Amino acid sequence: MPKLTIDGREIDVEPGTTILQAADRLGIEIPRFCYHERLAIAGNCRMCLVEVEKVPKPVASCAMPAAEGMVVRTDTAVVRKARQGVMEFLLVNHPLDCPICDQGGECDLQDQAMAYGSDRSRYEEPKRAQPDKDYGPLIATHMTRCIQCTRCIRFAAEIAGTPVLGGLGRGEHLEVTRYVGQTVSSELSGNLIDLCPVGALTNKPAAYRYRSWELRRTETIDAMDGLGAAIRVDSRGNEVIRVLPRINEDINEEWLGDRSRFACDGLKRQRLDRPYIRKNGKLTPATWPEAFATIAARLKDLAGDEIAAIAGDQADAETMAATKDLLTALGSTHLDCRQDGAALDPTVRASYLFNSTIAGIEQADALLLIGTNPRIEAPVLNARLRKRWLEHGLSAAAIGPKADLTFAHDWLGDSPALLAELADGRHPFLATLKAAKNPALIIGQGALARDDGTVLLGLARRIAEATGMVREDWNGFNVLHTAAARVGGLDLGFVPGPGGRDTNAIVAGAASGAVKVLFLLGADEIEMGALGDAFVVYLGSHGDAGAHRADVILPGAAYTEKDATFVNTEGRVQRTRRAVFPPGEAKEDWRIIRALSEVVGHTLPFDSLDQVRARLVTLNPLFGHPGSLERALWQPFGRAGATSDRPLASILDSYYMTDPISRASSTMAACIAAFGGGCNHHSHRAGHHA
Amino acid sequence: MLRDRDRIFTNLYGFHDWRLKGAQARGDWAGTRDLLAKGRDWIIEEMKTSGLRGRGGAGFPTGVKWSFMPKVEGDRPHYLVINADEGEPGTCKDRDIIRHEPHKLVEGALIAGFAIGARVGYIYIRGEFVREAQNLQAAIDEARVAGLIGSNACGSGWPFELYVHRGAGAYICGEESALIESLEGKKGQPRLKPPFPAGVGLYGCPTTVNNVESIAVAPTILRRSGAWFAALGRPKNSGTKVFCISGHVNNPCNVEEEMGIPLRELIETHAGGVRGGWDNLLAVIPGGSSVPVLTKDICDTVLMDFDSLRDVRSGLGTAAVIVMDKSTDIVRAIARLSKFYAHESCGQCTPCREGTGWLARIMARMVTGDAEPHEIERLDQLTRQIEGHTICALGDAAAWPIQGLIRAFRPELERRIADRQAQGRAA
Repeated sequence: MPKLTIDGREIDVEPGTTILQAADRLGIEIPRFCYHERLAIAGNCRMCLVEVEKVPKPVASCAMPAAEGMVVRTDTAVVRKARQGVMEFLLVNHPLDCPICDQGGECDLQDQAMAYGSDRSRYEEPKRAQPDKDYGPLIATHMTRCIQCTRCIRFAAEIAGTPVLGGLGRGEHLEVTRYVGQTVSSELSGNLIDLCPVGALTNKPAAYRYRSWELRRTETIDAMDGLGAAIRVDSRGNEVIRVLPRINEDINEEWLGDRSRFACDGLKRQRLDRPYIRKNGKLTPATWPEAFATIAARLKDLAGDEIAAIAGDQADAETMAATKDLLTALGSTHLDCRQDGAALDPTVRASYLFNSTIAGIEQADALLLIGTNPRIEAPVLNARLRKRWLEHGLSAAAIGPKADLTFAHDWLGDSPALLAELADGRHPFLATLKAAKNPALIIGQGALARDDGTVLLGLARRIAEATGMVREDWNGFNVLHTAAARVGGLDLGFVPGPGGRDTNAIVAGAASGAVKVLFLLGADEIEMGALGDAFVVYLGSHGDAGAHRADVILPGAAYTEKDATFVNTEGRVQRTRRAVFPPGEAKEDWRIIRALSEVVGHTLPFDSLDQVRARLVTLNPLFGHPGSLERALWQPFGRAGATSDRPLASILDSYYMTDPISRASSTMAACIAAFGGGCNHHSHRAGHHA
Repeated sequence: MLRDRDRIFTNLYGFHDWRLKGAQARGDWAGTRDLLAKGRDWIIEEMKTSGLRGRGGAGFPTGVKWSFMPKVEGDRPHYLVINADEGEPGTCKDRDIIRHEPHKLVEGALIAGFAIGARVGYIYIRGEFVREAQNLQAAIDEARVAGLIGSNACGSGWPFELYVHRGAGAYICGEESALIESLEGKKGQPRLKPPFPAGVGLYGCPTTVNNVESIAVAPTILRRSGAWFAALGRPKNSGTKVFCISGHVNNPCNVEEEMGIPLRELIETHAGGVRGGWDNLLAVIPGGSSVPVLTKDICDTVLMDFDSLRDVRSGLGTAAVIVMDKSTDIVRAIARLSKFYAHESCGQCTPCREGTGWLARIMARMVTGDAEPHEIERLDQLTRQIEGHTICALGDAAAWPIQGLIRAFRPELERRIADRQAQGRAA
């Protein structure tokens, strides 16, 4: 362990640590532009120069490994002068258009110029300008502001695995650009904006709509996929302006998928901002009391057995708990949180969790993907798989969709029969898994939301058990959820009670008339046309498929508009925080259920958020421990049986539109226009329900 | 003056056959097998004894460089890379060596490769050297057919293959780590050091990069002993060196001479003297475009070797002597070099990318005097803002000629500015 001295303070560091990293650990700030702790070292900005004793020239601290006995000074006149020189050079061809630059106020160059810049320029020559580039609908480019730090190039090549950026030309004419004819079509492209230390790459949908210091920052979590990435929602007034990732090493490191970041314009469109009642076949605006009275009148005299509820992909735990309690009070056991009909077993927690944990998947050295395309189902997770593959190697194979996952893997095919071959030891990849230290599998909803889902789940369990995936210190059996609501729903038991109907049976019951009232908690992906004459109460935020079918609409809050609990795919309880208020008369969802319960004569025993959360804890003590993870007990699940020969596919066929918010987003529509793909509406799942 | 019997490059001018037969008649490939048989340690020791300093410009001792390679081959192969990307303005020595003495280079490559444990060598040759690359390839092919290189080079049991790779004309690819990048098929941009090529070089493997001349003199040094080479020249600046004399001389030429020869003697003996006589001399750039210019009073006495030229705040560089007589517009000459460096900067790191263009623009104004007197000071400051702050030495190379100009010809710069301003007032 080399010991070095920085500004008179000694520190022991791991071999290979750079001077800059050592200084960071001591809290000594060294300015930097090109250096980023998650990217390869470039050493090109030269802003981090320091003096090292016995070295004649200033040293780039980001690239210089610490050595035993090194004596470093970061605050000498030489260092200051060197940095001032670099800063001057950075600014000579920079347009200095901070007043009209979206990066203004949160710009590294601006900040460092305060410390190392001059108040006037000595540059009297013409300035260089560069043409802007077309990086698609998400990233605005102002290339004249570029300081050629190459962070974007490195991110695209290393983290995203889509090496479409590079530098053209040389000297002053070095231009960062994309390869001719290639779009920046990574699902992680928005991170380029965060990485850019200047205003060269900025948020295109939000361009010129904010100054960073006007925004109110709310730290919350994402609900656009199953990961629950840490995000910051920046709002002004009652409008969400942009969404940024926060650092959470356990989940998203500091990345965020483009849908989670850019679909926020969908929060303003297609909103349900007042209750509606269907009168003479037409939805007409109504007041809350009228809406509740209409529901109460319809529920009157119904048997519990004639009432059902399905929770959608973004339903929060509080709302599901309240709804479950209300239906129980009404005498119904027809509940399901698996609107896609996925064969998830609520009785064995380990059977529906991402057991290795998201960060833990980096320990896996062999991986089997089943019916999943992690790149579009969870791009941030996919970046971790790529990282594992890049840094330590990963023997990966996929049964399911054939896709460019940005890391090397064998595509074994898409036949479900392959799973049986593996489970029975008839497939060579089983040996690879067996030989691995930490073998893992990831099974996607595409393998579960099918009629033979339980069988496939059982086969996956057998493969896991046969290859040593489940041990005292390791559980490599992973279910990848695409819905933020799913694990929470399973954890609190939003599943059919004794004699209860599951999603398919509820839909069938509605069609046959056995189910007369159906509550949809933001469930838009079931086959609405198959609900017969059932009286549908839609509680949700957007005028999506469910609202179109509804008889009564109760306007709810989106995930940015409520303090709500979600459980992510690895079983981590997390909470959103309200950044803005729901529009119009819309309310937080659980409060709506609570208010309705009073009207229908089964008043739920909670009035405050604390009380609902206490109720969650009684449903499952896990809800009392936000943020932490508990290892789930391994028990038998799945069943033996025949698999169908329908090919295994991902639950999603494209990335950008997966839920009511992203379907309402014009930015996401622009992405589909630019990068291709569809909207993942319920129609493609129809085959399953038919 | 170098005695003929101490001359290494006996066919530098191409008066004789450059092919294998002619080369062998001049003593190349004589007893190569025996040299290899003496072992790596002996070769490296002899090279150290010879005091040979790298002929590419930096002057790092070649034997010491070879000794940095891992002693035994690990799981990564070793590579020898020969830098034939001779791009330093004024320099044309490697070109003549490859044209007329290619077998010296091929034999040297085998010996160097053997000494550093490399079974493969690459010669990265400047793309503009079309005929030279053809000669070189022909020499390699001859040597392979004759069994001098190949699976059992010279019957030594050591396998050695040599490949020619043609560059595409970027000056920066003459910088060893940019050369390696280019050789790997990437954009030619210098790498950060450490790690040095001896640890992590071509394809991430231990690599030694040497200049053509350094490699080409090695066989003769080993045949005649390191002590012989060390006895030539001056202490720490030993041996012979090919000087490239260009500019305002009566007979521009390449010539092999002893290190430490007085500059004046070099020019007058071999290049027919300065055009119009020694007193018509204005200045000399003694080591290729990147070293500071020397005024006549220094040229009168300075010796041509690394340390002597360093002592007068210039450098031997590639020993490309650019002679300028009094007809020269010295400001314009240096401004042209600044333009060259701005054009050839790879653009990777900030001071060089932004600074070289700035320097070139101010220099262009200095030529006409279209500047303010305080800009001379600014120019000097800018060169010091670049110098020593960049990834590679191109930043220094861009800075030094201007520093030299200001040091030696400041009154000339001031005069031009004053004249221009007087003109402006008159108008």
